[in-house]
Amino acid sequence: MSEDIQAGLAEILEEVAGVAPADATPEKSFTEDLDVDSLSMVEIATAVEDKFGVAIPDDELGNIKTVGDAISFIQKNK
Amino acid sequence: MTIHLRKGAPGTRVLGLGSYRPRRRVTNHELAQVMDTNDEWIQSRVGIAERRWASEDETLVEMAVAAGGKALAASGLAPDEVDLVVLASASLRAPIPGIGPQVAHRLGIPRPGAFDLNAGCAGFCYALGVASDAIRSGSARNALVVGVERLTDVTDQTDRSTAVIFADGAGAAVVGAAEEPGIGPVVWGSDGDQYNAIEIAAGSSTMTMAGQAVYRWATTKLTDTLVEAMEAAGVGPDDIDVFAPHQANLRIVESMTRKLGFGEKTVVARDIVQAGNTSAASVPLALTALLESGEAKSGDLALVLGYGAGLTFAGQVFRLP
Repeated sequence: MSEDIQAGLAEILEEVAGVAPADATPEKSFTEDLDVDSLSMVEIATAVEDKFGVAIPDDELGNIKTVGDAISFIQKNK
Repeated sequence: MTIHLRKGAPGTRVLGLGSYRPRRRVTNHELAQVMDTNDEWIQSRVGIAERRWASEDETLVEMAVAAGGKALAASGLAPDEVDLVVLASASLRAPIPGIGPQVAHRLGIPRPGAFDLNAGCAGFCYALGVASDAIRSGSARNALVVGVERLTDVTDQTDRSTAVIFADGAGAAVVGAAEEPGIGPVVWGSDGDQYNAIEIAAGSSTMTMAGQAVYRWATTKLTDTLVEAMEAAGVGPDDIDVFAPHQANLRIVESMTRKLGFGEKTVVARDIVQAGNTSAASVPLALTALLESGEAKSGDLALVLGYGAGLTFAGQVFRLP
């Protein structure tokens, strides 16, 4: 389950921000490790919403700092 | 006893465009000397290479008069043929009076209906819609629409998230009656639940912006507005010669362009690279730049969209003069 989410998230990261799928591991910080800027985070959030059928409000977006944060948010809200 | 109505015009068109760019050019390298930023950071986030900052003598009134005068000259109309002035701005430091009447007076337009309109960065497109409908209903024969901003007056120059973006300038259009419609219906609306996403709070002198929220709104909610504006005018993406959305962020321009699926002939305005975000002035500034460079020409069909504080949005299709 979490592997599927991680793989789906990795696809989005590659498409939106050019992150190599192998780099999209749970401990990675979007901004610090993967060089994803704040506006790309918005694009990732909208792509995650479409792909996984979850809603990520703007004020929640700031709490999602790592790939692992995103995976658990999707798991909880799916 | 029946109340009589005026006979309006069957259609309207833009008769002339004009703009004013402040003299002082400010590059990203210059900003990097005074704040913690750099060219690469700014270009990758917002796509701006340089912007214009107004000097002290380039006041809102002076810039509006300069742009309005050029639009008037391009229209071929005499000042006394204009009887409505709608001035859009979100950066007036003195709330009373509005500057529309003064700008009209300076241009020699005798006693027109004149007022200011604040719809944030959507101001020009709102004003164009209001002016066009006023002519259609017979409330005015010809109208001058101006978008003018000195956003540097309301920007915290130590806040690098806004100081690198906001800039100054003015743009104007003269609108008149036409047998064959040259301006399509305005499609406008607002999302007031996000009233504080872009604001100068009461008592504050500087603007704050929730960048992520505005970016998400612009890239997800406004494509429908653009499609509606085309449908309302009875045209499709393949008919559009020039796409000139508000120049807020180059990434938003590119995102909208991708989603709309224009044909190969469509020229997309990217004036933000040279002008920064000039709010209500950005659409006419971008259009005059394309006309001056020859990338756009008279008779081209343009799709425009303004969006910003409120949150507000307005778009329409019109033929370039």
